[in-house]
Amino acid sequence: MTPRLLTAGDRAVLVQTDDLATTLAITARIRQAHLPEMEDLIPASETLLVRVIAGTDISSFGARVLALAIGTHIDDSAVDLGHPLHIPVRYNGPDLEEVARETGLSCAEVIRAHVGTPWRAAFVGFAPGFAYLAGGDPRLRVPRHAESRTSVPAGSVAIAGGFSAVYPRQSPGGWRIIGTTDATLWDIDADPPAAVQPGGWVRFVDIDATATPSTTSRSTSRTATKGAR
Amino acid sequence: MTAHLTVVRTGPLDLLQDVGRTGHAADGVGRSGAADRGSYALANSLVGNPAGAAVIECTLGGLTVRAEEDLFVAVTGAPAAAEVDGDLVAHASRILLGRGQTLRLRTPRTGLRSYLAVGGGIAVPTVLGSASSDTLSELGPAPLANGDTLPIGAHDPTAVSVAPATTTDATVIGEAVTALRVLLGPRDDWFTNAADLAVGEWQVSVHSNRVGLRLHRPASAAAAGSSVADTGPPAPPLQRNSTRELPSEGLPLGAIQVPPSGQPVLFLADHPLTGGYPVIAVVLDDDIDRAAQLRPGQRLRFVLTS
Repeated sequence: MTPRLLTAGDRAVLVQTDDLATTLAITARIRQAHLPEMEDLIPASETLLVRVIAGTDISSFGARVLALAIGTHIDDSAVDLGHPLHIPVRYNGPDLEEVARETGLSCAEVIRAHVGTPWRAAFVGFAPGFAYLAGGDPRLRVPRHAESRTSVPAGSVAIAGGFSAVYPRQSPGGWRIIGTTDATLWDIDADPPAAVQPGGWVRFVDIDATATPSTTSRSTSRTATKGAR
Repeated sequence: MTAHLTVVRTGPLDLLQDVGRTGHAADGVGRSGAADRGSYALANSLVGNPAGAAVIECTLGGLTVRAEEDLFVAVTGAPAAAEVDGDLVAHASRILLGRGQTLRLRTPRTGLRSYLAVGGGIAVPTVLGSASSDTLSELGPAPLANGDTLPIGAHDPTAVSVAPATTTDATVIGEAVTALRVLLGPRDDWFTNAADLAVGEWQVSVHSNRVGLRLHRPASAAAAGSSVADTGPPAPPLQRNSTRELPSEGLPLGAIQVPPSGQPVLFLADHPLTGGYPVIAVVLDDDIDRAAQLRPGQRLRFVLTS
């Protein structure tokens, strides 16, 4: 579908793209254009919000953004997995059995499904460094808890609504926690502080099954172990 | 030698703020910064600070500070009566706070947030380029506490002379019913009649903060002495035209998000970057500062613009 422009006040425009690959491609194109009025870019799964500095004529800015969006070439075959961030996980989360029940899988199958496909960060929000990872095994689609936990520990690996995420810091949260990691995904002294950026790729690794050759990291990939970044 | 300002006693909430953090959306970090940007900028200009210097954002007054050196200060925003060693001093003016003198802010009669700027700026270490306290992300300095000593940056007294010594406040505060102009969208088509937003009045809930204003319809607009001319039926609730779910999307400052309850949230400085409820309209940038000065219980209405 052709990208569309939606009104979002007089300091931002919203581009409706309808899928993540298009959003990320348009995000890259707009970044490369170095529009002087642009203040910030917030990509999401099916949209892209472009915020501008004060005093910008939002109509003419929107027209330029839309022209860039429509002119963006989307070539899925060219998607480069880059160097996926490998996140070692101990699958011992309090909601693992519940997820298995609801999906009709065994716990081992849930784990295999979670490590079985690469995930891609659609956007980072909710909390600093909290990346919404999309594109995982569709069998893992479970709803959030009806009631959020008041405190989810940092390093909790969770799924909900077709996304997966790692809680970078302790916070409230309603996602289903299936495991934990020691990986540091938020470090205020690193540049950038969030280890996973929009468009970035992630692979989860079952650390209780590291003897299996298929789950060891590629020589080029970085492993998000504590202190590694 | 570095000058210092000592926090003798805090009010309900005193935070350090500046222009906020930009360029960190990809890290999941929002802008934050002073909620009433006009009053913030005026405070800095009164003491001759460069734009962007850190100030104290003081919520509902109650703050007492002591100068450890001679300092220029200015208070803007919510007009909290200010006293230097017990003597009333002018609002939105440059004031010399001598070494050892205390400045006390009373509770403002109108408005919510006062800005206390100090010549030289408050020189605390920055996080991702800003000294702002982001109350949602918990980034930046902690809220001020009794006994805190704040380092003050080097002050250029020649800069003061170019700034007016007194001026009117940048933000209109304390109207009976505040009118905020909005542009409909991006998700006005998710409602049976988005223009209902601009019909009748809304009231600011006590569950409001720097993240946003929670709004509800007044219990009885007529009984509250409403200035709304229509005497027709009560203001309509905001109704969604479907139960489909919106994939989370980016939120601009001033976004009016409508959760299933139909009670909107108007997002302010510490708003989340993304949200999964439809945004019916966005407040114009020029009207954000007045929104940031609304107190719980105050009434407002929205005016559609195009």
